[in-house]
Amino acid sequence: MKISDFELYKSLLYDKSGLVITPDKSYLLDSRLTPIAKKWNYATLEAMTLHLRALPDEKLIKDIVEAMTTNETSFFRDTKPFTIFQETILPVLLEKRKTKRTLRIWCAACSSGQEPYSLAMILKEKEAELRGWRIEIVATDISDEILDQAKRASYTQFEVQRGLPIQYLMKYFMQIGEAWQLKDEIRNMIRFSNFNLLDSMSRLGTFDIVFCRNVLIYFDEKNKRTILEKIAGQLENDGFLLLGGAETVLGITDKFAPNPEKRGLYVKTQAAKEGSSSATGSATGSSTSGSSAGSTRPIGSGLTTGLFKRT
Amino acid sequence: MKTCLVVDDSRVVRKVARRILEDLRFNCEEAEDGQQAYEFCSTAMPEVILLDWNMPVMSGIEFLEKLRQMPSGDTPRVVFCTTENDMSHIQRAMMAGANEYIMKPFDTDIIKSKFIQIGLIDDE
Repeated sequence: MKISDFELYKSLLYDKSGLVITPDKSYLLDSRLTPIAKKWNYATLEAMTLHLRALPDEKLIKDIVEAMTTNETSFFRDTKPFTIFQETILPVLLEKRKTKRTLRIWCAACSSGQEPYSLAMILKEKEAELRGWRIEIVATDISDEILDQAKRASYTQFEVQRGLPIQYLMKYFMQIGEAWQLKDEIRNMIRFSNFNLLDSMSRLGTFDIVFCRNVLIYFDEKNKRTILEKIAGQLENDGFLLLGGAETVLGITDKFAPNPEKRGLYVKTQAAKEGSSSATGSATGSSTSGSSAGSTRPIGSGLTTGLFKRT
Repeated sequence: MKTCLVVDDSRVVRKVARRILEDLRFNCEEAEDGQQAYEFCSTAMPEVILLDWNMPVMSGIEFLEKLRQMPSGDTPRVVFCTTENDMSHIQRAMMAGANEYIMKPFDTDIIKSKFIQIGLIDDE
């Protein structure tokens, strides 16, 4: 690919999705966009690039962005975050929300659905304990194509073997020909929608748990910060954030602090809690007066669980 | 070091499995059919058995049923690894006391993720 063409795609992807493409990944542009050129009836990728320069078609741009997103995922990917969800997060929130009896979970960048469905299966297993609770799992992705795939919830033999315990396969899937179809009782637990992480998150509402794993790695530091701080704004003060193994908040934002014992698990810092509970207050405002007026729950409630040792 | 007994009548499959298991730091032993596996287990119980279904002399499911009757026969984790990929075979295997089930073809990722799930290796 010519350098000028590379630059065109680089800035296009950055503007539309925040995706950062480095020169060493320019082969990805060739391999993933050639099929798009074919789909749009261009003889070559160069021909498509030429038209894109002259007359940028929004639909074509959308296809390009979708083609360049990475959809690597699996059921119970990395195992540990799901153990943390089940053994650390759920017990705390089930106690804290026992009068309200609602939980809202967001899987940001859900790809073909394995992450939200894994959470749904965990919750289904706890059906008896959760009777009377309203639990909502919102799963979003920037790609319509991958969301359609997620909604279909039909997986290959290969996909159902990576990370999915055989008991769950037997319980929650039906074999249809060569494919494994997730049953409606699990599919119906997820609400899928298209969402670009660079957009305003307020329409999504507030969440108790946010899974945002293995997506920030594709963004530059500025966008990482913006996204994390927006997530802080949508997360309840005593909520939990899970990031991927190669991701961190350190050096990026002071809105979240890592749990030293549970890798990938983050909670809002005092500064973030004050920021969201008294948005109009002064930046250095005291945490003892005034700030509780706009807050629905007492500041510092997240510290009483004993889970997080802070000094 | 934990021992994994690979039971498969295909020399190629045993070789591939051995390479993967040794990478996962298992000591690997081999058996060509259920009867050989049974004889192996009579001498020493391995920590884990990777078990094919269709084999001459004694099939995998027959071996598993016998294994679970043996003294200490409940200790090895048994992971089926077979081309039988329909629900009825899976259900039958689990009823007979299998701990996990792999549908061939398999690769390192699949074996690793199944071994993590049944607690044979740590997820790091």
